[in-house]
Amino acid sequence: MVNLAQSWAEEYGTVEPETSIEVSGGGSGTGIAALINGTADIANSSRRLEPREIATAERVLGRAPVLHVVGYDALAIFVHPSNPLREMTLDQLGQIYSEKGPVTHWGDLWVSVPGCSSDRMILVSRQSNSGTYHYFRDAILGRGRDFKLGTIDLHGSKDVVELVGRTPCAIGYSGMGYATSHVRMLAVARRSGETAYPPTVDHTQQGLYPISRPLYMYTVGDGKPHLKRFFDWIYSEKGQHLVLANGYVPIPESEMQTASVGAVAPAQQPE
Amino acid sequence: MADEAMTILPVREKRERPRWETRVEKAIEVVIRLCGISAVLFVFGIFFFVLREGAGFLLAGKLSISQFLGSIEWYPTSQSHVRYGALALIAGTASVTLLAMVIAVPFGLGAAIYLSEFCGRRTREVLKIVIELLAAIPSVVWGFIGLTLLNSLIIRFFDAPIGLNVLNGGLILALMSVPIIVSIGEDALKAVPDTYREAALALGATRWQMVYRVLLPAAKQGLLAAVLLGIGRAVGETMAVLMATGHSVRLPVSPLDSVRTLTATIAAELGEAPVGSDHYQVLFIIGILLFSITFAVNLTADLIVRGIRGRAS
Repeated sequence: MVNLAQSWAEEYGTVEPETSIEVSGGGSGTGIAALINGTADIANSSRRLEPREIATAERVLGRAPVLHVVGYDALAIFVHPSNPLREMTLDQLGQIYSEKGPVTHWGDLWVSVPGCSSDRMILVSRQSNSGTYHYFRDAILGRGRDFKLGTIDLHGSKDVVELVGRTPCAIGYSGMGYATSHVRMLAVARRSGETAYPPTVDHTQQGLYPISRPLYMYTVGDGKPHLKRFFDWIYSEKGQHLVLANGYVPIPESEMQTASVGAVAPAQQPE
Repeated sequence: MADEAMTILPVREKRERPRWETRVEKAIEVVIRLCGISAVLFVFGIFFFVLREGAGFLLAGKLSISQFLGSIEWYPTSQSHVRYGALALIAGTASVTLLAMVIAVPFGLGAAIYLSEFCGRRTREVLKIVIELLAAIPSVVWGFIGLTLLNSLIIRFFDAPIGLNVLNGGLILALMSVPIIVSIGEDALKAVPDTYREAALALGATRWQMVYRVLLPAAKQGLLAAVLLGIGRAVGETMAVLMATGHSVRLPVSPLDSVRTLTATIAAELGEAPVGSDHYQVLFIIGILLFSITFAVNLTADLIVRGIRGRAS
């Protein structure tokens, strides 16, 4: 999400030059920690705050952070282009990635991958400071379940795609915006027997592609007028166009109204 | 002329050093002494800090030592069942370091022998500059080479399922520790008195016999110290191994398996571990473990070097 924030910051500099926006990267956990420590005004995150983070924020800042949905991110499942597999189900993904999942070899899915003589599946994942890691674990593996030991844990979204592009045995997950011509994206079905949809903007907006999540921005309160103006601009056509240009999915127009309202509603507080 | 000299000399004799000069001198003395002591202060300060952050957890008995040292299940952020098994991480560090030394020791010592005994003066100058350059390459650049170039090469030539593995990390670490082994090893060989060489050659030994019958035994301790410092470098290296080994929690059974090292785990996870949390404290316990390993290695190297100096004098 750092690239999107970067281009927002650059573009916004031409709209309102007197507001300067500095962006620094490092995973959702890093941004949230910076918001709580008071070193950032906005924390970008691809996951919701965990209850303990909300508790910490309330303790340190005196109030709960405010949640804004600014777009959607569709996670694509990437394989090497030589891989004959075209689609899979969420259930199969769980069996591949979760701790006691039975699928460990490509043969288990009845495919044989040229260039992968060992047939061993190389699971490419993310380091645990990544919001993508947490989303994938909770949404695909199911809450409370863990990743298989022995996944290759990489630092960035782009790293995952690059490694999969160089490794015939590999499978990995990353934002669909990171796709290159060196990898193939699989179509994903909710369950076996249903249609598998490839990750596209339309499929994500229509809710057909099953692995997508909102992109969040957290602020402390919403009193500062320059922050309010920035968010208004993000929800404008120009701001949402940049969402698309960075490989993410803009908020559908039907939802625009609720998204803007959501910008001032407080984060849900789990009891 | 003589008159002038006569008038100047008594003035000079009377002149005293201004008070500020002595004061400045004292102050500089203090500063320099502080510089000398600071290294000790920093080492103890860091050790105390690492110990304070981690030891509380250890002493409170919250961490099961048998799990920490005996289990490979490293799930520090699990929602349902948090487990801190560091065995795979320890094995990762050990395997990568071992492979690096298997490669770096013969190359490093060979280069040291060549530099000190066999090559001409000009070649030596050029080689030494190049080797120093090798030592100056930042570790993140090494990691990048491992991640991109070596990864593809290992997949192609070893038919490995993945190129980010022990072999990759070991090669990178070997390249990083060779310069240390070469320069310290060469110093050790140079410290052997020339009379040894002359005596050996006079008795009719070939140059090779002189090297392995006379020089190597004489410089044994210095060479060992060179190797141990190389090991210290390899154990402590973080960024390059984080990128080159695949960062994957598993017990390696072959050099083509991906692993994760102790250092890389701290680097990747400390940023997101809330200060004071269990995860944070366990990462500091890993820090204590690493500190102990490098301390033991460096101490051994130091004692050995001291042994050489004692004998030389």
